[in-house]
Amino acid sequence: MAYRHFEAIEKNAALLGVLTAIMVSIGGLAEITPLFMRAHEVSAPAGVKPYDPLRLAGRDIYVREGCYLCHSQMIRALRAETQRYGHYSIAEESVYDRPFQWGSKRTGPDLARVGGKYSDQWHVLHMMNPRQVVPQSNMPGYPWLAKTTLDASDIQARMRGLRKLGDPYSDADIAGAADAVKDKTELDALVAYLQGLGIRNEPTAAVPSHPATDGGAP
Amino acid sequence: MPNTEYYDDKVVRLFLLAAAVWGIIGMSVGVYAAAELMWPALNFDLPWLTFSRIRPDHTFGVIFAFGGSALMGTCYYVVQRTGHTRLAMSRLAELTFWGWQLVCVLAMTTMPLGITQSKEYAEPEWFVDILIAVVWVSFGAVFFATLARRRIRHIYVANWYYGAFIIAVGLLHIVNNIALPISLTKSYPVYSGVVDAMVQWWYGHNAVAFFLTAGFLGMMYYFVPRQAQQPLWSYRFSIVNFWALISVYMWAGSHHLMYTALPDWVQSVGMAFSLVLLMPSWGSAANGLLTFNGSWARLKTDAAAKFMVMSLVFYAAATFEGSMMAIKTVNSLSHYTDWTIAHVHSGSIGWVAMITIGSLYAMAPRALGRPAMYSQKAMEVHFWLHIMGLLMYIGSMWTAGVTEGVMWRATNADGSLTYSFLDSLIAIKPMYLIRWMGGLLVLSGMVVMAWNLWHTAADARARIIKPIPVPIPEPEPDQIPAPIPAVG
Repeated sequence: MAYRHFEAIEKNAALLGVLTAIMVSIGGLAEITPLFMRAHEVSAPAGVKPYDPLRLAGRDIYVREGCYLCHSQMIRALRAETQRYGHYSIAEESVYDRPFQWGSKRTGPDLARVGGKYSDQWHVLHMMNPRQVVPQSNMPGYPWLAKTTLDASDIQARMRGLRKLGDPYSDADIAGAADAVKDKTELDALVAYLQGLGIRNEPTAAVPSHPATDGGAP
Repeated sequence: MPNTEYYDDKVVRLFLLAAAVWGIIGMSVGVYAAAELMWPALNFDLPWLTFSRIRPDHTFGVIFAFGGSALMGTCYYVVQRTGHTRLAMSRLAELTFWGWQLVCVLAMTTMPLGITQSKEYAEPEWFVDILIAVVWVSFGAVFFATLARRRIRHIYVANWYYGAFIIAVGLLHIVNNIALPISLTKSYPVYSGVVDAMVQWWYGHNAVAFFLTAGFLGMMYYFVPRQAQQPLWSYRFSIVNFWALISVYMWAGSHHLMYTALPDWVQSVGMAFSLVLLMPSWGSAANGLLTFNGSWARLKTDAAAKFMVMSLVFYAAATFEGSMMAIKTVNSLSHYTDWTIAHVHSGSIGWVAMITIGSLYAMAPRALGRPAMYSQKAMEVHFWLHIMGLLMYIGSMWTAGVTEGVMWRATNADGSLTYSFLDSLIAIKPMYLIRWMGGLLVLSGMVVMAWNLWHTAADARARIIKPIPVPIPEPEPDQIPAPIPAVG
């Protein structure tokens, strides 16, 4: 294009602005729209249920503390990864994750399938002070989690919010939350969430048919 | 007839001050966070001092508070001078300053309290996000209204980059942060799982593209020719690079999600566009560097020019590295490791911070009505502290990243994994120490800069109530394309 055609754009602020907006929109539209369309067709596989109240509370604590900054929850489809962490993660496993917590950095190991690999007791000790169980660890301790108990009405408000966004919680589920989180601490909730990660939703039969729910030596 | 109109530099000076303050705050948080990775007991079991709570403060502090203040300040400075006109809506402009500072203070205080969305680089909760959107739209209004009353018909290239930065960041911010508030302190994003991942990295990558690249390229296209005292090497080349850069960048976000559950075709598209992206990136870097042709001697005496030249070298290096890391085979090794950390810091300490510091050194005396910065020697000291710190930082993190990548994939002859995860952490711990020291050097350089700025502003502080008038020169008629931005 001859330079004078460009000049027309360069002398008109509105035209320059509109063309810029068009150019920057194309890429995002091309990549996100198909996913968005498909997202409505993807349904959760049998093993994947919306988080129960305690695990939901635990997940929100995981989000609040910013665990994703050091731990990924996305096992890539690479041999060394699946050998270390288990079956690679699939899209359907995170349909109830708002926000997604795939992460971008592993200062600590991936947690996508950490559920059942350590005992509840191990997790409690580890969260209070990681160096009690892993002397070389550089993870900070989170002892304040043990001091706060959960607020049932807050969890229920969260479940109602998630239902508005499309997660299939029934009225009974929401009503049951009060009992489920009664007298539980934030630490209990976080451990419950971690112990549920990757449990019962590994996509192939290559895993033992009875994965541990919790317990078992590290 | 002498011109009686003056540039409105008050808001520019305010942003300049804010940039220096936030730079020191943001980098201090970074240095502390780096120390915590070395000595984890440094959180003293306090929630708000824990690594995972303060790392968003570091990234927000340097990107949006330091970078944002520098970008908005220079943007107001540049759009006036390239258009030979006074800022439009000066009260709204000042409001954008106070609004942006409020955003930064709110974000920086709420995130350590656990009020966060935990979406990388978009951590602040919904009430901060709404405020950001309001300030951003006001910023755009001031910019485009000033552009509309320019007295030179031709819009200088720096303003296209600033314009694209404003439009794209507004778009990215709003789309990525759509959420349903549950309470004042908690919201859930409307996207979940894979869609959330794609939207988030479309945002995250293009925050790099438009906040940390396009905005700072606007800075570069104005201040580099000013400092080299020569016209841009090729004006037409800058046009080609502009359109290529803004359209290609938006496709590349998915390279942050290689080998994940994101559909394969999106990963491949992201990789292809990331490789194409090398061309406009190097084009812009070359255009800036070649602008110094014939005035390289200035580097001996002018520390601001030195910062600018090194920033362009690191821009070229970091964009090359970025394109290479987007290749799937490389990414399989580099992803999740400290190589990523090395890469972002070669971009941020190398390119972004150095072009900003160079521009601040070029702009501050003019905006403060002084002939030069208070101390040339301090600028020189700052330069070397910065370079040394940068090299220690990226050298150590690059080594750490490759070590992790190699150890994670190493297998024995029988096919079993050679190392546990902990082995890799133990192996890289010395690198964390070197990184921390590098960060400390960069931070101390910033303190030297703040000291220098404080003394340069002594005169302005003494007569704080009186504005410093910088007269607007009459534009030359039919100036196409602006060969060199006017002095002043």
